[in-house]
Amino acid sequence: MPDKTINGVSISVDDDGFMTDHSQWNKELAAALAEEEGISLSDGHWKVIDYILADYAEKGTVPGMRRINKVGGIPTKELYALFPGGPIKKAAKVSGLPKPTSCV
Amino acid sequence: MKNILILGAGTAGTIMANQLRKKMNLEQWKITIVDKEGDHYYQPGFLFMPFGIYSESDVVKPKRRFVGAGVDYLEADVDRIEAEQNQVFLKNGECLPYDVLIVATGTAPVPEETEGMTGADWGKNVHEFYTFEGAKALAKTLDGWQGGRLVMHICEMPIKCPVAPLEFVFLADSWLRKRGLREQTELIYVTPLSGAFTKPVASKILSGLLEEKQIEVVNDFNIGSVDNEEHKIVSWDEREVAYDLLVTVPTNMGDSMVERSGLGDELNFIPTDKHTLQSKAHENIFVIGDATDAPTSKAGSVAHFEAEVLIENIMAFTKGEPLPEKFDGHANCFIESGNGKGFLLDFNYDLEPVPGKFPLPGIGPMSLLTETRLNHMGKMAFRWVYWNMLLPGHPIPMVGHRMTLTGKNIPEGVKIPESLDA
Repeated sequence: MPDKTINGVSISVDDDGFMTDHSQWNKELAAALAEEEGISLSDGHWKVIDYILADYAEKGTVPGMRRINKVGGIPTKELYALFPGGPIKKAAKVSGLPKPTSCV
Repeated sequence: MKNILILGAGTAGTIMANQLRKKMNLEQWKITIVDKEGDHYYQPGFLFMPFGIYSESDVVKPKRRFVGAGVDYLEADVDRIEAEQNQVFLKNGECLPYDVLIVATGTAPVPEETEGMTGADWGKNVHEFYTFEGAKALAKTLDGWQGGRLVMHICEMPIKCPVAPLEFVFLADSWLRKRGLREQTELIYVTPLSGAFTKPVASKILSGLLEEKQIEVVNDFNIGSVDNEEHKIVSWDEREVAYDLLVTVPTNMGDSMVERSGLGDELNFIPTDKHTLQSKAHENIFVIGDATDAPTSKAGSVAHFEAEVLIENIMAFTKGEPLPEKFDGHANCFIESGNGKGFLLDFNYDLEPVPGKFPLPGIGPMSLLTETRLNHMGKMAFRWVYWNMLLPGHPIPMVGHRMTLTGKNIPEGVKIPESLDA
């Protein structure tokens, strides 16, 4: 696994820059990871991150758009405004979680 | 007399019924299986119907034929489960009490979940192949195809058989070449994920396939609506993909009965212990196959391996013993890559698909993550195995429910999970 230095800290990441050891994650790191995506974290972003982290702890998978919307209560349009481009992928990255994948 | 009730007589439900009738004491336990449809479909065959490789009669047989003696088969529509009362209500008002309930009601496409999907283009130049009727209609449309933009599209994850859309574009590529229509056809693959391949090892090995076959990939596309007037799909962030023929995989959801019973998540999948297959909400309800929310593929091979675990756990549960068996997420799937070749995948919750030989190390005869003619032949031969061995509940030689590292070549950098340490 490649390592990467961010905020003066060395973290383990995969080839796409997603963290592979969540124990290394903290809020300061989240802000730095977000900055790399051109995102400055606000309360709205933290609402998404907190929900994704709680859901991942319960289910073991990063929730999809529908679940964040229906269960997490965050409208899809808002999700796109907060994390433009690929909201689930970017929110997972900033949360220190794995990239959403299929089976292959 | 106690009751074991199975809802759904598809792959998972049928295998469970046949395992239970062989192992349970039928003087003490009455086994009943309920399904609303009389036809059992060989679902892997739906992929082949649009290209004329399989005909309708290749993929359909009566459900009853596959449920052995000693099981009550009931053709009826389930209204709801009343889990607190341990009973199931049918739509005809009949009430079925149970001591143990197995939910095997699967998943189905729900095109109505996407704005405009069932509009004027539906069934004409917007199709799906995840149902028998859909695959039949698409075969008819493809038969008249003269060229244009053919778009394969996935609405949202999870979907049944996640490799099927990829197989579709590979088969379409070789089918179009044979017909002399490839030059006139643009093939586009649209996915909500970050790419057609998302697992690191498979991506490295297989990503060149799409370029080689000149298939364009559109990533991170979360559909908002289908525009039936302009014939295009539009994403939430207002990107557009125009189509002459859209082959979509609609949102896959669990049975609406699950929702009526208050037992499902936002997609009507049932929260299930991914190792024991016991419902998280009720200890006498077990869930198998596509109906669970387990984080592995929704596929027949998974249902088959889960059944081997579940039969042992249910036997223990009925004796008041702790559940002994743990499902590891094992899936074993062929990928048709076109031109009479295919790949084979073997993976579980903890280990992504890797190269190697299957089932025998160094011998195979199947090759993992490698394109071979034999893998394609294996996929075609599987239909016989499905009808004659899998559904009756006969063991498949050398393929166990627990995935092993035997025969696998673990690439450098891939961490072997502790659960698989040899």
